[in-house]
Amino acid sequence: MKVQIDPQRCHGHGRCYTLAPALFGEDDEGYGQVIGDSAVSPDQEHAARLAVSNCPERAIDLVEEA
Amino acid sequence: MTLDERFTRDFRETRGDQPLGTRNEIVTGPVSDWATDFSHLEPEWAADPYPIQDDLRQRCPIAHTDRFGGGWLPTSYEDVAAIAYDTERFSSRSIIMSNFRPPRELAPVGGTPPISSDPPFHHDARKLLLPVFTKKEVARREEATRALCHSLIDAFEGRQDVDAAHEYAQHIPMRVIADMLGFPQEDGPRFREFIENALEGVNRPPEERMERMALLFDYLLAQIRDHVDNPRDDLTTYLINAELYGRKLEPSHVAGTMALLLIAGIDTTWSAIGASLWHLAKTPADRRRLVAEPELLPTAMEEFLRAYAPVTMARLVKEDMHWNGVDMKSEDWVLLSFPAANRDPAQFEQADEVVIDREVNRHVAFGLGIHRCVGSHLARMELRVALEVWLERIPEFTLQDPAAVTWAAGQVRGPRTLPLRVAYA
Repeated sequence: MKVQIDPQRCHGHGRCYTLAPALFGEDDEGYGQVIGDSAVSPDQEHAARLAVSNCPERAIDLVEEA
Repeated sequence: MTLDERFTRDFRETRGDQPLGTRNEIVTGPVSDWATDFSHLEPEWAADPYPIQDDLRQRCPIAHTDRFGGGWLPTSYEDVAAIAYDTERFSSRSIIMSNFRPPRELAPVGGTPPISSDPPFHHDARKLLLPVFTKKEVARREEATRALCHSLIDAFEGRQDVDAAHEYAQHIPMRVIADMLGFPQEDGPRFREFIENALEGVNRPPEERMERMALLFDYLLAQIRDHVDNPRDDLTTYLINAELYGRKLEPSHVAGTMALLLIAGIDTTWSAIGASLWHLAKTPADRRRLVAEPELLPTAMEEFLRAYAPVTMARLVKEDMHWNGVDMKSEDWVLLSFPAANRDPAQFEQADEVVIDREVNRHVAFGLGIHRCVGSHLARMELRVALEVWLERIPEFTLQDPAAVTWAAGQVRGPRTLPLRVAYA
C-alpha cells in the first residue's frame, strides 16, 4: 500500500505528520508531504489509517499498489 | 527617530481617507425564536449554545436573524464546510458579525490580513506568515511555554481554591504571543481590553467600538515605531521588513496583521485550555484516565477541540442568491459555526458525547480550506503543554460550584471564570 496527499486539498493542518511521522513530514510552510517512496510497511498501516481518518480536508488517500 | 516613512503618520489621520461602511440598528435582549431571531451575544447562548444548535440542526438547519442587519446560521457540518470552501460567494471582508459592515472597497485585503482577505491577495498575505507558524517553528517555544506553566502554578501552589481561567489559562497564550510579537509582558491587561472590545463588545455603538479599536492601533503604532528604531528577532520586525510584490507592506497591512495575531492568538487558546480543564473538573473518570495514561493526551486534546471548539467565524454574502434552500441577500452575514459542525451527528458518531480516546476525528475547530487557522500548530502546542503541566502538578480538581463558571459570549467561547478546588501532587 501507498499513501498520497492531494496538494490541492491539503491546507497544512498537520494531522498526518503528527499521527504518522514515519510516513509524513511538513514542508517549510507546514503543508504535509509524503516521506520517501510512500510505501506503507505493515507496522505503519495503523498510523497511515489514522492519518487518513483524521485529516479534516480529506486530502490523504491510502491506495493499494497495482 | 523613526526613519521608516510608512509609520510617521498616525493611523487616525490616514483613516479619514477611507470610505465609510454601513451601520444597522442594534437589537439586543432575549431571543424570541432561535430559528428566526438568533443572537450569539445573548447570555443563554454564552451559557450553553449546544442544545440550541442541536435543536436548529433538526428543525431549521440554516437559521436566520434580522439582528446585525441580517444574518444566517448554518448548523450542519456539510453547510459549514461548503461555505468555508466557497470563497467565490462568501467574503471574509469582515469576520466578526457586528452592527457595522466595512466598505466593500476594503476587499480583498480587509482590515486584518490575511484572515480578512479574499483570493487572490489572501494567498500571498498568508504565505508571509506560514513559515513562522509551522509545527517545527513553534516547537522552539515549547520549553519556555512549559516553564511559564510551571511558574503560574508555583504562584498559587498551596492554595485550595484557584480560578483556572484567570490565574492559569489566560496567561499562557498572552505571554507566548507577546513574546512572539516582541511586546512588553506587562502590557497583558491592555491586550485583554483590546480583545474584549473586538470580540465581546459587538453590540456597543459602532463609534465607541471604533474609538476603542483606534486605541489598539495607537498601541500597535507605538510598538512598530519602537521596532523600527530597535529592530529585533521577533514577528513585529519580521512584518516591518517583509515584502510583497517587490515592496514593503502597506502600513495598514503591518498593523492589521499584528492586530490579528494579538486578538486571535489569545482568546482562542485561553478558551481551549479553560474548556478542557472545565471538562476534566466535572468528569472525574476522564481526569483519572489522563493522569494514569498521559500518552492519551494528544488524542483527548483533539476531542476537547471538537466538543468545545472555541471559534466561530463569519462571512459576508457577496451577491443575492438562493443557497441550500434559503434566499441570501448581498451583505447578509453568515455565522460559520465550527462548534455546531463539530457536533453534527451526520458527521460524528456519539457527536454530543466527549470520547477522549476517539480515533476518527475530522473536527474543524481550526476551520477548513484556505483560511485554516494559521496559528493552529502554536495553539496545539500551548494546549498540550498547558494540560500536561496542569495534570502533572494538579492531578485532582473539581468545580467549586458549577453555577459559578462564566463563559464568554460572541464568536470566541470559553470559560472566563473557572473556580476550581484543587489538590497538588
